[in-house]
Amino acid sequence: MSFEVSLDHRVGERHVALAFASDAPLTALVGASGAGKTTVLNCIAGLIRPDRGRIAVAGRTLFESATGVHLRPERRRAGYVFQDFRLFPHLRVGANLAYGERLAQLADRWITRDEVTGLLGIGHLLQRWPATLSGGEMRRVAIGRALLAAPRFLLLDEPFASLDAERAEALMALVERIRDELKIPILLVSHDRTEVERLAERVVTLG
Amino acid sequence: MSGWLTPDEWSIVALSLKVSVVAVVLTLPLAYALAWVLARRRFPGVILLDALVHLPLVVPPVVTGWLLLLLFGRNGPIGGWLEAQLGITLVFRWTGAALAAAVMALPLMVRAMRLSIEAVDRRLVDAARTLGASRWRAFVTITLPLSAPGIAAAAMLGFARSLGEFGATITFASNIAGQTRTLPLAIYSGLQVPGGEALVTRLSLISIALSLAALVVSELLVRRSAGSRAHVL
Repeated sequence: MSFEVSLDHRVGERHVALAFASDAPLTALVGASGAGKTTVLNCIAGLIRPDRGRIAVAGRTLFESATGVHLRPERRRAGYVFQDFRLFPHLRVGANLAYGERLAQLADRWITRDEVTGLLGIGHLLQRWPATLSGGEMRRVAIGRALLAAPRFLLLDEPFASLDAERAEALMALVERIRDELKIPILLVSHDRTEVERLAERVVTLG
Repeated sequence: MSGWLTPDEWSIVALSLKVSVVAVVLTLPLAYALAWVLARRRFPGVILLDALVHLPLVVPPVVTGWLLLLLFGRNGPIGGWLEAQLGITLVFRWTGAALAAAVMALPLMVRAMRLSIEAVDRRLVDAARTLGASRWRAFVTITLPLSAPGIAAAAMLGFARSLGEFGATITFASNIAGQTRTLPLAIYSGLQVPGGEALVTRLSLISIALSLAALVVSELLVRRSAGSRAHVL
């Protein structure tokens, strides 16, 4: 199984409950805005501790309320591409890309800096500060930073939004390559039906 | 300049600078730890801690000085231990003046640092964690550098406050020439003797100039870190 998720989480008035198991290489998570898709990603990444449930990715249990398992985020190794990028403002693009790469074991790395900058077309941005980038450039740097941290699975929160058609196409092709060649489980949150139909073998609806 | 002030007066300025610098440097780590706890942690008693930190700001300084005397005096629980174990005496020494200045500067320093820590987006810390950073590494690589201008601002503010410290110092460390007679205490002494007006004027002008410079620098630093939203002043 690539993703086994069953969780129950309440924050104030909001209640997020979801259970699914997917063996698809790429699973799409869809649902109305405010349904809690990002909350689910945060639970899987370890940034939120759900009230109850169990989360396992690629056979590895990350969270289990019954046994008290709750791996810290840095142990889960999620390649999380946030919807709001979250580039580190005090580090240049090059240092942002290197942040997770430096913390990853050499043996775990599966993509090089050159491959990432080439695939994402961000080689010319390395000396720039994040504040000077366009939205599309920030997104590509955020994706590159996540890939270089040698993640065991990817959590992509609207990764193709605000990109021009050509760049979105290139990125989708990259995601397809990661899905097919590297066999890294991917969970994609998206609003775009064509994106989901093209990339996902399995669609989970939260709502 | 050297003709303007007598050697005795220069030594007062030098003593003041030494006391203030030592007070600020020693207080920085504690102030940052307190600021971080107040900015990031929620626990029962946080309000009490907040109030305790701010106490020196509102309690009469003479009370703070008296409390320091009780705790750090030769017969006090901490002072007695320091003297017996480490041979450190604080009362009537410049080190005591530095301690009094540190306690009085602490609330202002915590406030400035807390502002800059609160301005650091926690989501950036979360991002660092998912990229493999431990809690500590995320703190050192994200929170600490992003709040650095606030640390610098707090240092300048604490420095300015320490330069002006009077009540707690005269109560705890007394007013001893060459040991604890800092600028404000020297000005006070000058006012007690006939013909001291010229000295009082010169030392006062120096005090004002030093404090003004420290305040302006700290305000500029905070503006740079948090944009126009945050202020020290």
